Amino acid sequence: MRDVAVLGVGITQFGELWESSLRELGIQAGLEAMRDAGIRSDEIDALFVGNMAAGRLIDQTHIGALIADHAGLAGRNVPAVTIECADASGAAAFHHAYLSVASGLHDVVIVGGAEKMTDLPDEEVTEIMATSLDQQWEAFFGATLFSEYAMIARRHMHEYGTTREQLAAVAVKNHAHGALNPKAQFQRPIKLETVQNAPAVAEPLGVLDCAPISDGAAALVLCSADRARKASDSYVRVIASAQAGDTLAMHSRGGLCSFNATRAAMEKALKLAGKSRNEIDLAEVHDVTTISEILAIEDLGFFPKGEGGRAAESKITAIGGELPVNTSGGLKARGHPLGATGIAQVIELVQQLKGKAGKRQVKSARLGLAHNIGGCGATAFVHILEAV
Amino acid sequence: MTGMAGVRFWRETDSRYNLAGNRCGNCGTVYFPPRPVCLKCHRESLGKMVELRLKGTGEVLSFTVVHETKRNFEIQLPYIMAIIRMDEGPALTAQLVDCSPGEVKIGSRVRAVFRRIGEEGRAGVIYYGYKFVLV
Repeated sequence: MRDVAVLGVGITQFGELWESSLRELGIQAGLEAMRDAGIRSDEIDALFVGNMAAGRLIDQTHIGALIADHAGLAGRNVPAVTIECADASGAAAFHHAYLSVASGLHDVVIVGGAEKMTDLPDEEVTEIMATSLDQQWEAFFGATLFSEYAMIARRHMHEYGTTREQLAAVAVKNHAHGALNPKAQFQRPIKLETVQNAPAVAEPLGVLDCAPISDGAAALVLCSADRARKASDSYVRVIASAQAGDTLAMHSRGGLCSFNATRAAMEKALKLAGKSRNEIDLAEVHDVTTISEILAIEDLGFFPKGEGGRAAESKITAIGGELPVNTSGGLKARGHPLGATGIAQVIELVQQLKGKAGKRQVKSARLGLAHNIGGCGATAFVHILEAV
Repeated sequence: MTGMAGVRFWRETDSRYNLAGNRCGNCGTVYFPPRPVCLKCHRESLGKMVELRLKGTGEVLSFTVVHETKRNFEIQLPYIMAIIRMDEGPALTAQLVDCSPGEVKIGSRVRAVFRRIGEEGRAGVIYYGYKFVLV
């Protein structure tokens, strides 16, 4: 396998984008990534798109072909594929795009993620998001994605003494980070009391503990590191991309307070990268709820089990802390257009590692980690990127 | 709605109505719903998975009161979802009914009851299965 680099990035505004369609968002992100990379469309060997649910959200499947067509790639018969791993679809597309370049099959590829969620009423979006659980044995009985995470939260509080304030501290931190990100859906700091007093979604989680419904797209140009070296002195290397899985239904696992898929993906990624976890300078993790970030930073091994809540509360994971987590605002504040999230995470790392993250810049960041979960922990991806 | 929309519900009725699971004849692990292969024994379990009906009793591992939900469940709001560890070993996800949230604790003993779960749309198939009550 050869070394792979990120040559360019593009990302749309995340939010409720009533005036934009999925195809417009996807193309906007893709063209921006190509401009950033300084490549022409006739240099692209393949397109990979992460998308979870366009078949139900906008009645359109075959999203790879849709984006390739309207980006002008269809005329050259460029292959395009859509990849689905629930809300880890973006990370999955990245993983397979990475493999296609690392293997030598392709030299230059575009990998994007896109989702258009606001064309349907909330209760239908909630139903569609719950299809990432076990439809017949969880969702059928009334479970939603957030009710699953709520049960993790209650159990985590029970076993480790995690507090309601610690959950809220994650949201406060990520909204503070989002306020520094011009592409974020929410760019306003919020107070601890506001999170705690927000209307309940699934107790103990309230509206501000949960990622919003979002539209958005993000794209990257990947190429061999050799090519990147010739083209630019400003690129980022992908030094690991790993995936692990677990049972589809959360109740089939040994416990509720840990995602073994995250642990396994992290071990694989560290081994591939030849790094130890204490070398990581910043992480974008899957905070689809506040408890999700706590679980993630514990399962990635950054904090002992049960200490994740204290990490947010004591500002260790804030910008300026020892290990900044979700400097983009995370899924919570940047927004969570399902298939786009995994790509947006990598873009945040690229911007940080290039020193181009503006007001949210982490000083002298060299190694960044992205962690994307599908559903309630049946799929986990971990990628590690290094500044060149 | 298509003509065969009910099929995916009645296909699962033995487990949903009668708590039919199975047990690995090799290591004894109990599964619900039944699995074709034991997660621990893999090929050693092939042909050795034995049907087993759960007694219907267990305890609450965790629970939540749901306030925002999906289409067709909104009429039930607020409702309690729980993960229940059955006495035979496997855990499952179900609603807790006939109680108020304040009465439920992690570790509460519960038993299965046969209830209407929901329906597909206003004129759709009504489907049934297990919910749980405190004992």
